[in-house]
Amino acid sequence: VRTALHAEWTKLRTVAGPRWLLLGIVAASVALSAGAASVVTCASAACGGDPTAVALIGVMLGQAPAAVLGVLVISGECGTGMIRTTLTAMPRRHIAFAAKAVTVSGVVAAAATVAVLGSLLAGRIVLPGRGFTAAHGHAALSLADGPTLRASVGSILYLILIALLSLGIAAVVRDSATGIGIVLALLYVLPIVAQVIGDPHWQRLLQRLGPMSAGLTVQATTDLDRLPIGPWAGLAVTAGWAAAALVTGGLLLHHRDA
Amino acid sequence: VSVLHAEWTKFRTVAGWVAGTAAAALLMVLVALLAGVSSDQKGAPPVPVGPGGEPVTDSFYFVHRPLTGDGSITVTVSALATGVPDGPGELRPGVVPWAKAGLLIRQSTRQGTSYAAIMVTGSHGVRMQDDYVHDTAGPAVSYRRLRLDRSGDLITGYASTDGTNWTEVGTARVRGLGSTAQVGMFVASPQAVQGLGTTGSVSTATFGDLRLHGGRTGGDWTGEQVGAGSPTFAGYPQGTSGSFTESDGGFTVTGAGDLAPAARYSLPTGGTRGDILTGTFGALIVVIVVGALFITTEYRRNLIHVTLSAGPGRGRVLLAKATVLGAVTFVAGLVGALVAAPLGERLARANGVYIFPVSPATQLRVALGTAALLACASILALSVGTVLRRGAGAVTTVIVITVLPYLLIANPFMPAGVANWLTRVTPAAAFAVQQTLVRYPQVENPYTPYNGYYPLAPWAGLAVLAGYAMVSLAVAAVVLRRRDA
Repeated sequence: VRTALHAEWTKLRTVAGPRWLLLGIVAASVALSAGAASVVTCASAACGGDPTAVALIGVMLGQAPAAVLGVLVISGECGTGMIRTTLTAMPRRHIAFAAKAVTVSGVVAAAATVAVLGSLLAGRIVLPGRGFTAAHGHAALSLADGPTLRASVGSILYLILIALLSLGIAAVVRDSATGIGIVLALLYVLPIVAQVIGDPHWQRLLQRLGPMSAGLTVQATTDLDRLPIGPWAGLAVTAGWAAAALVTGGLLLHHRDA
Repeated sequence: VSVLHAEWTKFRTVAGWVAGTAAAALLMVLVALLAGVSSDQKGAPPVPVGPGGEPVTDSFYFVHRPLTGDGSITVTVSALATGVPDGPGELRPGVVPWAKAGLLIRQSTRQGTSYAAIMVTGSHGVRMQDDYVHDTAGPAVSYRRLRLDRSGDLITGYASTDGTNWTEVGTARVRGLGSTAQVGMFVASPQAVQGLGTTGSVSTATFGDLRLHGGRTGGDWTGEQVGAGSPTFAGYPQGTSGSFTESDGGFTVTGAGDLAPAARYSLPTGGTRGDILTGTFGALIVVIVVGALFITTEYRRNLIHVTLSAGPGRGRVLLAKATVLGAVTFVAGLVGALVAAPLGERLARANGVYIFPVSPATQLRVALGTAALLACASILALSVGTVLRRGAGAVTTVIVITVLPYLLIANPFMPAGVANWLTRVTPAAAFAVQQTLVRYPQVENPYTPYNGYYPLAPWAGLAVLAGYAMVSLAVAAVVLRRRDA
């Protein structure tokens, strides 16, 4: 197991792509968060915004490179035929696959931590200038605040889960373009389609089931009763997606010719 | 031609690409079905429709009496004050630019009836309006004395400062006015834009020196809330209601609502053709994946060497690929849009949903525009794929720049200025081609992309995406020529 981990770590470390993608997670998250923070306004005490969620909105963009990383770790090998080498060297395929999952989780966790802390910092600096001040009922963003801490930790976990979901889906479809297309459709298009559902009950159900619409509820710190699903429960939905994708991908990898 | 034929053969013989293109059209139809079936508004009150067929708000307070034959009515609007809710049951004085108080003539109070009116407004001076959509600007608000003359079907509106010198504001032909029409004073107070949404309002006007000339009148002044149960009427702020009192020949009238075309916020239950075509987003992802694969597969399989050595010039090979891909995607998108839109609309209507009306020319524009949007997106994916040579990177880049802006504008805290900017400069501008809602200057409404009002004209929005596709195709051609395959 340790050699498997070491092998995966070496593969990830020695290719330029993953490094750029991890950097992309940080850059994309912080850039979008800072951009969003610098355009929102809070004119009065009744503006009702959620500064934590605004500061962490960059995760919506940062998850794209995380998903690409998850996909490439496996489909990059399928594309070049490298997967045969990997599986020959490591005949117990589930171990090789688990090693990939662990390695991806580790590196994404590191990048996500930097991304989330950077986004929070950007929000902490920018938001007071946009009217999110103590006078308007918004304290400066701080990890000492329970809900903000939950939102931050949740966002890091969310990014890891998205990378794992992508890894699982890529193991199923074995093509990087198709894999990332499916992942981004699940993330970005499902919430848009949910909006056209006329029946409020079904609309809410779809919002609860979407890996992004459910998972990102973990970022909310105000109006929790109006969310389609509770913060941790929402993240659990995303975890369910990731687990299902990983199990399916692992089984297919085991039973299919490489 | 042989290059085109070669690329067409490649496309049609890869089962996944053909299936993907068909799936794009199918996704549009499926989402339209979902939108149509999932909505249930059976038994909802009917949406009032104006003489031009457009949905209207026809809800206001009307103090009227019958007038037979030709005649004239004059009145002085000495005050118009508007209240906006400030917490439950509390009102604060506010300015609602299109709060209206003035004179109105129409055949009856039936919803959607043709009418003509002259009025003083909150901050747009004196206006003459008729049949909901027509609006003529008059002099400044200091002209407080208003007059409406009826001569057959022709109604003329005047304003004056002193009651002696009259300025003609406008004329209107009111159809079906009949021999006896209802004339009188009205007060309307539309929803006010507040932050990113709207809030109800209520206005009270003081009328004086009311005079009827000519014609024959009968009965007393009757006060009535017109269109109380209409779906385009948001009702009165809590603790207020419409009323009128008469004292010393003067009238005090309180009313809410509007006499105007309905916009998205005044008819929140209404659907649009763009909503029905939301499946375009699903189709978009599929055509982006196929577009990127059309070139990156060649790199992965090293087929690109064969393609480039067989073809006459690298630029021409790329152009042939773009032509084949664009044409196939356009056809699939057109079929999808032409099937999805009428089907979804019919199902939604059968479920009692009101769909904002669309002229046949606009329907054609939406269908062709949607097909062109998908074609441009696939060419963009092809070009980015050529530059990056990696499917995953190309797909992610194109999806992020086309779909993510749409998600961001849906964020409730995104100010309208930023949402408009995003739908001007990013490829998401192209969704303007699906806009079917009409902007009315005389209706205050959050005209944001999220509500279906795009900052760019339909074809201009599409041109933004087409520009991205063309520029990236040119860059891809240069890169392909300069670089080793």
